Amino acid sequence: MTTTVEPLTPRTRRGAELLLLILAIGIVLLAWVTTDLNRNGTVPANIIPIAGGFTALVLAVHLVLRWKAAYADPVLLPITTVLNGLGLVMIHRLDLARGKLGTDGDAYRQIIWTTLAVALAVAVLFVLRDHRLLRRYTYVTMAVGFVLLLLPLVPGIGRTINGSQIWISIGPLNFQPGEFAKIALAIFFAGYLVQTRDVLSLAGKKVLGFTFPRGRDLGPILVAWVLALLVLVFQKDLGSALLFFGLFVAMLYVATERVSWIAIGLMLFAAAVAFALSAFTHFQKRVDLWLDPFSSDNLERSNQLANGLWGMASGGLTGTGLGAGRPYLTSFAESDFIFPSLGEELGLFGSVAIIVLYLIFCERGIRTALGVRDGFGKLLAIGLAFSVAFQLFIVIGGVTRVIPLTGLTTPFMSLGGSSLLANWVIMALLLRISDQARRPMPEIPVGVAADEPAPAEVTQVVRLT
Amino acid sequence: MNTPIRRLSVVIAALFTALLVAATMVQFTQAKTLNAMASNKRTLLDSYSRERGAIIVGGQAVAKSVPVQDQYRFLRTYPQDELYAQMTGFYSYAVGAPYGLEHASDDLLSGDADTLFVRRVTDLITGRKTSGATIELTIDPKAQAAADKALGDNKGAVVALDPKTGAILAMVSHPSYDPNPLSSHDLTKASKAWQTLSNDKDKAYLNRTINGVYPPGSTFKVITAAAALENGVVSDENSSVPGPAELDLPLTSTPLPNEDGRACGPNDKTTLIHALEISCNTTFGSLGLELGGEKIRAQAAKFGFGDALQIPMRVSVSSVPADLNAPQAAQAAIGQYDVRTTPLQMAMVAAGIANQGRVMTPYLIDSVRSANLDIIESTPDPVELSQATSEQTASTLTKMMVSVVDHGSGARAQIDGVEVAGKTGTAQHERGKPPHAWFISFAPATDAKIAVAVVVEDGGVTGSEIGGGRVAAPIARQVMEAVLGR
Repeated sequence: MTTTVEPLTPRTRRGAELLLLILAIGIVLLAWVTTDLNRNGTVPANIIPIAGGFTALVLAVHLVLRWKAAYADPVLLPITTVLNGLGLVMIHRLDLARGKLGTDGDAYRQIIWTTLAVALAVAVLFVLRDHRLLRRYTYVTMAVGFVLLLLPLVPGIGRTINGSQIWISIGPLNFQPGEFAKIALAIFFAGYLVQTRDVLSLAGKKVLGFTFPRGRDLGPILVAWVLALLVLVFQKDLGSALLFFGLFVAMLYVATERVSWIAIGLMLFAAAVAFALSAFTHFQKRVDLWLDPFSSDNLERSNQLANGLWGMASGGLTGTGLGAGRPYLTSFAESDFIFPSLGEELGLFGSVAIIVLYLIFCERGIRTALGVRDGFGKLLAIGLAFSVAFQLFIVIGGVTRVIPLTGLTTPFMSLGGSSLLANWVIMALLLRISDQARRPMPEIPVGVAADEPAPAEVTQVVRLT
Repeated sequence: MNTPIRRLSVVIAALFTALLVAATMVQFTQAKTLNAMASNKRTLLDSYSRERGAIIVGGQAVAKSVPVQDQYRFLRTYPQDELYAQMTGFYSYAVGAPYGLEHASDDLLSGDADTLFVRRVTDLITGRKTSGATIELTIDPKAQAAADKALGDNKGAVVALDPKTGAILAMVSHPSYDPNPLSSHDLTKASKAWQTLSNDKDKAYLNRTINGVYPPGSTFKVITAAAALENGVVSDENSSVPGPAELDLPLTSTPLPNEDGRACGPNDKTTLIHALEISCNTTFGSLGLELGGEKIRAQAAKFGFGDALQIPMRVSVSSVPADLNAPQAAQAAIGQYDVRTTPLQMAMVAAGIANQGRVMTPYLIDSVRSANLDIIESTPDPVELSQATSEQTASTLTKMMVSVVDHGSGARAQIDGVEVAGKTGTAQHERGKPPHAWFISFAPATDAKIAVAVVVEDGGVTGSEIGGGRVAAPIARQVMEAVLGR
């Protein structure tokens, strides 16, 4: 097995990150102040502690990176800062509209969660010195992932909120364990696939130009499929089921380079959708709502999708301005519909900017996957990047009517602790892997010194995996 | 593994592209459609909380938005109560803006018009709150007040035009209503007012000047006379025309009688001018027979019949039926048999004759200004709708109409020191009900400043031409006096 690696310039790029971070913090603070100015005509009284706290928080991560992961990707943290910050601004803005002030506000809770999320990300960077260590826990993460995924079904702690049983309650805290299951499963898939990729990619019969896997090798994909079906049927959560299954198929494809896996995955998915549509009115209604959200019957049933679309439309190209629109008319404006809320007030320009920020985030993840040298790291990085991209597609595609609406959180933005913690961990993992990817190679390939500038031609490194 | 990672990144790029396209569709391509949806509460709240432009008449607002301390932020008020109700319509949170300028010029008043795009962009940059444009009307407040007072408790309509430009000087429709309760932010009150208005048997919400369609009765004889002159059936006002007590009609045993049952002149003959003075049915019936339906219809069309006008409110189409047979043509020639017209259309007939045969397109909006009084659209250049008759015919008709006022049925429209031209009308519309009384006129006859059409519903006396002259003519006179400053 050969892997092509381009030697990377051995520069840490932490200076660039600092500049981008200052820009990111500036954007967020400007947005925060604009919101209050538009709503109340005054600069918020608590701007100093909020600005100071927020700046201190992200600068702390920056310093940790300088210390613990000097070669980590310089763009991930600034993007996360902007996205998390804009989410906070919107949640604060909705608080203002609803008269929830100070510690009653959702924004207050979200700030605490952000702090915890940053702390968790820092902890990951401290504890996890090398992402390859995670490979040791392949089967532990599998168990953790499955348990987390199915935990909401356990009587007593499982909780149904808004029709989906994807929550657990422990004491006063509500949690969506699925968000963490995503990470655990990505680690498990990466560890498992890097071991089994040879047999999954080589053995098989050729039919119609495709090499189809042997029957017994179908085991893993069927397990993943059944698991997704369980989530679909018992938790009534199409979004999560789609996300887990999509993540697995994507990682399987990357590991095996076999298009037939995608074909099999799509067929299994189609079968699941056909089953869900015929068996549950819940899904039929979703599809109906998706096809015609504006019919009077459907508006009666749920005007959420229509309201989100109207909100975005009322924003037009340039938006109403932060604090000047009416995102609060849409239910779940602060969670599932936070993207339409921002679209309403920041306009198409703002929507595009946010989507492009996510795109760059995922692109940095892909770049990390391409750059890192070990197969496990590649799979984990692409898995995490794909999970963010796919989740974003499912949720934003849902609110913009690309696909039927299924409840998933918008990474870094939606109100909710589990989502925030999980996504900061994803970012920390990507930072860690990218640090490995960009760090000058410990083994110096023949003819290329580590501190020389990169040669124009690609240097091939032959490695055994 | 880098090849599949690269391929997967293409898939990811495709996913993101789909999102970008979708966002663009929602926020740009389809935004207008989405915003225009009736059930969209945002648009509703948006338009209600924006400072809507005022409607101005003679420097005074007849509709304006005043700031209030509630969720809608601005309350629409109509300082003149009933006087301008049908013209402005109303702007209600409960029922929207179904009538009048509030409906027809909504995009200007709300600030959403395409012509206001540049303003909206500068508003956005400067942070100024977008507000609607102010509309100034062509209405002469003195004429409007005079018309309202003169029409009094009668049901009917008065509309006055500037014959040279087509500018509408007065527009009164009775009964009227008070738009203020409808625009109330007290939704119960507004809904109740709407219930009352929408169930009103007299249809107070109807702007009778443009949306009331009536048989024109004898006022239509002016058009028949124009057709006869234009087509060479008669040469001038002194041409001899038939005027028997009854006109035998082909294809039917029912003759067309004069109201008083007498011949219009000796030997069943009279002159055209005398026939118009006394509104002789048989004369115009026989001219109708001679001309045939199509020529009458064509002449009416030249005055604007059949046109769908917008001033900017939609004007109901006035019409002369097509494919008339001989007796029907004779009936149409005296303004009966399914000939239908709006008061505005008859005012245009008078105005066209006053303006040497040129009918000007009527308009109500004089200028549009932004909130800080920059002109957005200035007074429009007058637009000719059509040359309805030759100058020669127009001057002959003017002579005849002056004679109607000086010596005939329109005597009550006389104004001291001013030559007034006019024509009375009495239009039967329903058996057993008094006919509608009509009067169309303009003054001064030689250099007209104003043309007026008046219709008073059920205001006539059956079997007599007195109605138009007695009831409608004095109303027209008072409006003309107000404009001419007498």
